[in-house]
Amino acid sequence: MSEKYLPLAATIAVFLILFVAGGLLYNNFFSTLVIGDILADNAFVIIAAIGTTFVILSGGIDLSIGSMIGFVGVVMANLDAAGWHPLASAAMMIAFGAGFGALQGFIIDFCEIQPFIITLAGLFLLRGACFMINLDAVPLRHPFVAAFADASLPLPGDGFLASSAIVMLVALAAGIVIAHWTKFGADVYAIGGDRASAALMGVPMRRTIVKIYALGGLYSALGGVVYALYTSSGYPLAGQGAELSAIAAVVLGGTLLTGGVGYVAGTLFGGMILGLIATLINFNGSLNGAWIMISGGLLLFLFIVLQRFLVGSLRARSAT
Amino acid sequence: MNRPAPSPPPTKPALSDRLRAVARHRMVWPALALALILIVDGFVSPGFFAIRIVEGRLFGSLIDILYRAMPTAVVALGMAVVIGTKGIDLSVGSIIAICGAVIAWRIHAGDPHFVILLLALGAGLLCGMWNGLLVAVLEIQPIIATLILMVSGRGIGLMINLIYGGTNPSFTSPLLQGLSVGHIGLVPTRLIVGAGIFLALWLLVRRTAFGLFLEAVGGSPRAARLAGVNARLIQYSAYLVSGLCAAAAGVILTADTHTSDPVSEGLYIELDAILAVVIGGGSLAGGRIYLGGTILGALVIQALTTSILTSGLPPEYNLVVKAVVVIVVLLLQSANARAAVVSVLPGRRK
Amino acid sequence: MGENGAGKSTLIKVMTGAVRGDAGEILLDGRAVRVDSPGAARAAGIGAVYQEVNLVPTMSVTKNLTLGRQPRRFGLIDWRRARAAARQKLARLDLRIDPERPLGSYSVAIQQLVAIARALEDDARVLVLDEPTASLDANETQRLFGILRDLKKRGLAIVFISHFIDQVYQIADRITVLRNGIRVGVGSIAEIPPLQLVSLMLGHELQEVEQAAADLQAAPTGEPILTATGVGRRRVMEPFDLELRPGEVVGLAGLLGSGRTETAKLAFGALRPDSGEIRIAGRVVLAPSPGRSLRLGVTFCPEDRKSEGIFAELSVRENIGLALQARRGWLRPLSRREQDRLAREMIDKLAIATSDAEKPVGQLSGGNQQKVILARSLVSGPRVLILDEPTRGIDVGAHAEIVTLIRGLCAQGLALLVASSELDELIAVSHRIVVLRDRKKVGEIRGADATRERIIQTIAGA
Repeated sequence: MSEKYLPLAATIAVFLILFVAGGLLYNNFFSTLVIGDILADNAFVIIAAIGTTFVILSGGIDLSIGSMIGFVGVVMANLDAAGWHPLASAAMMIAFGAGFGALQGFIIDFCEIQPFIITLAGLFLLRGACFMINLDAVPLRHPFVAAFADASLPLPGDGFLASSAIVMLVALAAGIVIAHWTKFGADVYAIGGDRASAALMGVPMRRTIVKIYALGGLYSALGGVVYALYTSSGYPLAGQGAELSAIAAVVLGGTLLTGGVGYVAGTLFGGMILGLIATLINFNGSLNGAWIMISGGLLLFLFIVLQRFLVGSLRARSAT
Repeated sequence: MNRPAPSPPPTKPALSDRLRAVARHRMVWPALALALILIVDGFVSPGFFAIRIVEGRLFGSLIDILYRAMPTAVVALGMAVVIGTKGIDLSVGSIIAICGAVIAWRIHAGDPHFVILLLALGAGLLCGMWNGLLVAVLEIQPIIATLILMVSGRGIGLMINLIYGGTNPSFTSPLLQGLSVGHIGLVPTRLIVGAGIFLALWLLVRRTAFGLFLEAVGGSPRAARLAGVNARLIQYSAYLVSGLCAAAAGVILTADTHTSDPVSEGLYIELDAILAVVIGGGSLAGGRIYLGGTILGALVIQALTTSILTSGLPPEYNLVVKAVVVIVVLLLQSANARAAVVSVLPGRRK
Repeated sequence: MGENGAGKSTLIKVMTGAVRGDAGEILLDGRAVRVDSPGAARAAGIGAVYQEVNLVPTMSVTKNLTLGRQPRRFGLIDWRRARAAARQKLARLDLRIDPERPLGSYSVAIQQLVAIARALEDDARVLVLDEPTASLDANETQRLFGILRDLKKRGLAIVFISHFIDQVYQIADRITVLRNGIRVGVGSIAEIPPLQLVSLMLGHELQEVEQAAADLQAAPTGEPILTATGVGRRRVMEPFDLELRPGEVVGLAGLLGSGRTETAKLAFGALRPDSGEIRIAGRVVLAPSPGRSLRLGVTFCPEDRKSEGIFAELSVRENIGLALQARRGWLRPLSRREQDRLAREMIDKLAIATSDAEKPVGQLSGGNQQKVILARSLVSGPRVLILDEPTRGIDVGAHAEIVTLIRGLCAQGLALLVASSELDELIAVSHRIVVLRDRKKVGEIRGADATRERIIQTIAGA
């Protein structure tokens, strides 16, 4: 197998190992019901993480994801109360997400300010906007929401794919196509791999960077839409910490934080690993949130050390 | 020996030149921002500047700002040191949580309180050693390296809480009480502690060669190595400093709440700390360390919060205002943005 | 061909559209073409390969070859056609590699060939190669030349920029020599023999250099303070021997790329040798490193001041004092007064043009930055001073100052190793001159016998 697939293979392997371990430890674990639940519960984070994958592939970072999720939900809830159809407000919020992301990308490139700081400001801005609109959760009452929550596709076995999971899989497919079958996708990988070379090879830098963050914002907004529909409410604290989960999902999925290497598909598995760990702990019952955090950190650590050695050996191979 | 010809006697510099020179000084912007906020406060909230003495202690909005800013400021000082080496420490909030858990644990175990303080600081040091190992020895990117402790640290804190049973254990401790709300003379104790930490760091950074080495490593690690600086050791030490500062802040924050709450203690303090450093003139790309500017930055952030509180604006506005101020300061610090704004002003086109 | 600053890179950038020229015109097949962007150059049939392989190592060969020009189908990339196009380009150069593997997994030589394959559009007429063999070893170079000869036969015009004399004579038909931005010579290989070529490159400019050879005292004898025996590093320098005695100046001469900097860095410990042994003051240095060398009194002034020399944000004063401070350790800071004194002293001694020692070094001119780095070395009281291009970018007047300074230092008992492209200065100060060519030490000339002609001859191998 080509060595470039190694990190992705490692991720899938870890996922399978965890899943099998769960099946051995608990009854009822080894079923598509569990898988369906994991997908449904974590769909919104994985969707946002898909967008983040592009940002990280280009060597950047986006901390405003979680706040965008909350903001989108809150706005949708208020529009719902004003009589809007959820799909209309969803479309508007997705457009907003793209625009906000584009603005962040523009500032990052034009003012030459680090993405960390600008998207951090974005995090505060959107979260603050959430609070300014609503302090408490606001329900979404439009009948479409209930219909959406009920819609599902049956899976072989007991399980089923909830609508949120279906949206996530479609978004994932779109992301994979964009990453590997468009000029834009190739440019993203080039910028992340070697920025100076990419410029010399003719990649339009500013345009591409703006597009990258716009895409990230679009996916974050989509994640917010899915979350709002899934929970039938707009909650100002929604998505808090989601940016970290998204980044973790991307890194666990085999994408390097330095950029240029990674697969969008890996993010799916990275997110599912995070969900699987949470489920395993839930099944146990006696363990608690503490173990989720500790094991999350441990996994991250192991993966990064593995990544370092992989990258190091790649570099040593071609060193002068 | 050739000497450059003496320059002609300088003509009086134009006002615009003087302004430009001042604008370039990094600490001007946070100082201006702080002054502006306070001035607005003076108009919006009458009596903002009033300082009274109640129960032998100073009281007032200004004191309040200093009081509440202290933990963030201390964390920000450690963050400034790390950022100076072109690094970052996202784990400070988790370090605070761990320290809080250690404090509660040892109080319940009956240790003398002074020893507990040392243990808490030791925990912070240990965390710093871990971060330093990842960044300086394993050469992992600082964002990701400190993310690991950030993610798992609160879990570790929860685990420590569980060791002796109970969640969010609370405690009573006169020493910590004193640190939290006590006062020495007219001045709140914590401000004295904070001043002491600032002094210690200032001595370390500016009165030894440590600060010079930090800035050299942050400026150009290759050049630093060629000049004989042990870049690895310097980077490692920076994370030790950050860990200790986080522990100090953790002591104060834990004392405030009389309880160990690893999930929410110090939540998002790393973001405020980073903002304080950047507002204070530091750059995430490494370089100069502005300890004083960092304090100003922390004060700006706290002043914003306090101002919104006293002005009657709903506190929800806090985050948005904070974000806007940060963005404005960042834009002002960016040469490109300044040039773009200036070129648009009438009468300035060359 | 041309030395540093001759104008080769600028000319290439104008020809390939990376930079806009403001005079003259480019004629292709007798017709003028406008080349004002990399895209326009490509469209005109001019392909460029720059010195640093400017491709993306993390992407596959196919992706690198097709970036920006991917064949599409229904708006999406058609990878089958892309892979076919890539295989075709590789076949043109007889490159039998797996195009799906990441570029970075191949050697630099292969990466270079891939870069060339990318530059060769189907309708390319001209190929410009900027220092293509800089990172290649002998075998890889021959392979490249085989490919170039093949391309030549197919009618491609090739511009081969290099400073490796041997290679130029192997592969080129005609030579153009640049110096200080002017074309100083052009002709066929037969018309310009190596001796003349080197003379053209180094020029006969007049410098205010005294007839120093006569002034130099006899080469010092005695125990060497720094010895390198069989020190080398694969792909960087062939193993060499070097000795420095107190009060002696040893020059390192050779053309750009011959290994001057590498030799200096290996002696200093900035590059880890993988063969041989270094002794300082009689003691074997087991793990050479800058820190160890500095503690033993050996200092180094790098050539690349921007990335290895200056700390742009720090002040002149801080830059000057850094190495001395590093030697003293962090607990013994130099007092401010002492720092100011040292800064003042160095600013005067080296005529550093700054009104203020607090100015960030990044704001000084290149030459003054160089002086600051030199000052830093001097301040730490070294026994051995290794200088790499100490007069690069320093105005003519200051040249003589540096020369006088170097002589003064060696009279005080310092040992100096000076790598330079300025032959006259080397002759003026050196007791011995070590001659390098193509990463190998090819000779050593005693000061008394050192003349331009002798050095040029040794370089040219005549």
